[in-house]
Amino acid sequence: MLIVVALVLIVLGSIAFHLLSPWWWTPIASNWDYIDNTLVITFWITGAVFAAVVLFTAYCVLKFRHRPGHRAVFDPENKRLEWWLTGVTAAGVAAMLVPGLFVWKQFVTVPDDAAEVEVFGQQWSWSYRLPGADGVLGTADAEWVSGENPLGINPHDRFGKDDLIIEGGEVYLPVDRPVKLLLRSIDVLHNFYVPEFRAKMDMVPGMVTYIWFTPTRTGGFEVLCAEYCGTAHAFMRGYVTVVEAEEYQEWLQEQLTFEEYASNAGTAQPVRLAEN
Amino acid sequence: MVDRGSDDRMQLPPREVADVMPPHAHSWIGRYVFSQDAKYIALQYSGTAVAIGLVALVLSWLMRLQLGFPGTFDFITAEAYYQFVTMHGMIMVIYLLTAIFLGGFGNYLIPLMVGARDMVFPFVNMLSYWVYLLAVLVLVASFFVPGGPTGAGWTLYPPQAVLSGTPGGAQSGIILMLVSLILFIIGFTMGGLNYAVTVLQARTRGMTMMRLPLTVWGIFTATVMALLAFPALFVACVMMLFDRLLGTSFFMPALVELGEKLSYGGGSPIAFQHLFWFFGHPEVYIVALPAFGIVSDLIAVHARKNIFGYRMMVWAIVIIGALSFIVWAHHMYVSGMHPWFGFFFATTTLIIAIPTAIKVYNWVLTLWQGDIHLTLPMLFALGFIVTFVNGGLTGLFLGNVVVDVPLSDTMFVVAHFHMVMGVAPIMVIFGAVYHWYPKITGRMLNEAMGQIHFWVTFIGAYAVFFPMHYVGLVGVPRRYFEIGEPEFLTAPVDGLNAFISSAALIVGAVQVLFLFNLYWSLRRGREAGGNPWRAASLEWQTPETPPRHGNWDALPDVYRWAYDYSVPGAPEDYIAQTDPWVSDGEDRRL
Repeated sequence: MLIVVALVLIVLGSIAFHLLSPWWWTPIASNWDYIDNTLVITFWITGAVFAAVVLFTAYCVLKFRHRPGHRAVFDPENKRLEWWLTGVTAAGVAAMLVPGLFVWKQFVTVPDDAAEVEVFGQQWSWSYRLPGADGVLGTADAEWVSGENPLGINPHDRFGKDDLIIEGGEVYLPVDRPVKLLLRSIDVLHNFYVPEFRAKMDMVPGMVTYIWFTPTRTGGFEVLCAEYCGTAHAFMRGYVTVVEAEEYQEWLQEQLTFEEYASNAGTAQPVRLAEN
Repeated sequence: MVDRGSDDRMQLPPREVADVMPPHAHSWIGRYVFSQDAKYIALQYSGTAVAIGLVALVLSWLMRLQLGFPGTFDFITAEAYYQFVTMHGMIMVIYLLTAIFLGGFGNYLIPLMVGARDMVFPFVNMLSYWVYLLAVLVLVASFFVPGGPTGAGWTLYPPQAVLSGTPGGAQSGIILMLVSLILFIIGFTMGGLNYAVTVLQARTRGMTMMRLPLTVWGIFTATVMALLAFPALFVACVMMLFDRLLGTSFFMPALVELGEKLSYGGGSPIAFQHLFWFFGHPEVYIVALPAFGIVSDLIAVHARKNIFGYRMMVWAIVIIGALSFIVWAHHMYVSGMHPWFGFFFATTTLIIAIPTAIKVYNWVLTLWQGDIHLTLPMLFALGFIVTFVNGGLTGLFLGNVVVDVPLSDTMFVVAHFHMVMGVAPIMVIFGAVYHWYPKITGRMLNEAMGQIHFWVTFIGAYAVFFPMHYVGLVGVPRRYFEIGEPEFLTAPVDGLNAFISSAALIVGAVQVLFLFNLYWSLRRGREAGGNPWRAASLEWQTPETPPRHGNWDALPDVYRWAYDYSVPGAPEDYIAQTDPWVSDGEDRRL
């Protein structure tokens, strides 16, 4: 009979833990509260099913446990019951899937007015690149990477010359403005993950991936790498600071363009790039 | 009461399979080393799998020591931690679970349950084990080479798996891992062909496919799936080996490693992920389907009731097996693949929940109006239901593409897959060992030790993996050597991690008691007799216990399905498959 008590306690304990424990997701700082809502719906549906199945199991064990003279009922199948259960399950699954797919549609549809910011990952640090005055990011490739050109910006591409280069792991974003992050890596897989933004995506060498979101409150948020990238994976951290528009403009003025960056790094270097 | 012939329903079809006794080995080596007896090969497979599984268990302890008590153990460096994580995962999934369900239970049970004398190709079956052993030895060797085993994570994603930023990436660790996997697949293929052909071709007279116990259905379907899925892993391993050794670029784009340009170019890391998960997702069901089958039989026997909805259960196994080949990219929602794939793979993934749910309902409905004996196999079966339902339901979070986004690559995923394909199938393995040990040895396992083993394992494993979901929900990524105290944590996870680690140490330790029980009961266990559970399926009707080489005197004739329990009017509460008893009234056979 211990098992009946154990099954009931597991259900009650799990629900109590869920409701009372302090470990819950961090307050959101982006527009993806739809994702949180879908997650909450899923918690309620699955939680109810878990409780129902385990409690029913406990009831069966209690009621139909072996006693002398007791005999099981011979009952091979029950078509009606089986189809009925299949239908209810299908409805429950649809109730989770349909809203999920609607939100996914939004998740992959980038608004036209989203500002582009490139996130650049390598073992084991974060850098960023913003389009300069022309509003266009220049092309880039692992092939161009050198000590003076850490992000591998194509030196022959005029769109790249005014791109702003942000090293040191901290980037600013303006609040309430949709942003499309273009994700690029030059060595292994990484994953740009800010728990408060909910969105995350792998960065794959050889291609550019993306996510978009709208920061909804100001503040500093830690960036983590969420795709295993080697020994120092857990220490590949950075920072995103979301600020008001004016402060963002001030910060922008302080950043170096690729041209400035290259000339700071040494005068001989543009010649060498041309040789490449 | 027994009516043997007056009823034409009892007429048997003509014998299709020639009754050939496999040649008995005469030498000691032929019997106990290079044995061709499937039952002995099963024990060799299981023994090797458990031995290497114990290594994986110790690795999980070391890993949990780091997570629970960071900074306390100097010898656990980040390199070592990732090697522990990788080898733990790979060993548990491939070398323990796959090997023990198919090579272990498959070998022991298939010939006995279908009424065959042995597997159809005994020599190839023997080779299968020895190639598997070689694969395990190559795996073990990687612990002793310079640089140690690979620390690439069990998914071995390139490019990091073959680069110097990952432990064993630039040394031999990754090479030995890939060679070992290739060997494993070769070995498995030899065994797998045996299991599938034996089920299709060597069933005894009267044993139709729809009279097979669900154990056989589960192992058979899993075997067919493995034969189709492992080749994808095979080519992925060969290609990555070429990338690493010959400088090809199947999975390697142009890249810069620690400031140095490498000579790779043009390959696709995502192509590897597709190949890996085309194998990797069916692999989940290669482990789960045998567990589904076995647990169905445990529940039916110990609740003295036919499995509810047998035909639906068979079709659910087959449908799950087929669907599992078109859901693989749900492991890749945030991999950077084209986002529109998300719509397709989320839909197929959630559809697979329906046949899976039907199986759960039918297990529980088998208990309904049963005569439930709370034996150790039944307790473990109940433990399976709880952990499987829990782990299956969290799969609905991760399968539903947009819900997966915040949870992907966090500890929530780790908790989910351990619950559903770690704890739940292992519950079934334990239940199955308590159930079939009497047939294998002729003695019962000790009940008191078994009770302690069950309670500590069941409650302990739940205490490990249930709270772990919340570590992920709060935002802690998986494969983190150390999380520290970032600001996004709504509460520090240190205490919770220490609790999980402590529970994991206890659960691991109690497995020693289980192994001791296996040894102790060999001599001192209560004598079991041929059919201690009064079970109807064929393996319990052998003339000798343990069954000898060749299994039967004359091949048995089968008159009914494996689930005639508590049939009204029958003299006992079970009717063996070999029993031609007919009720006076309607025909209840399927």
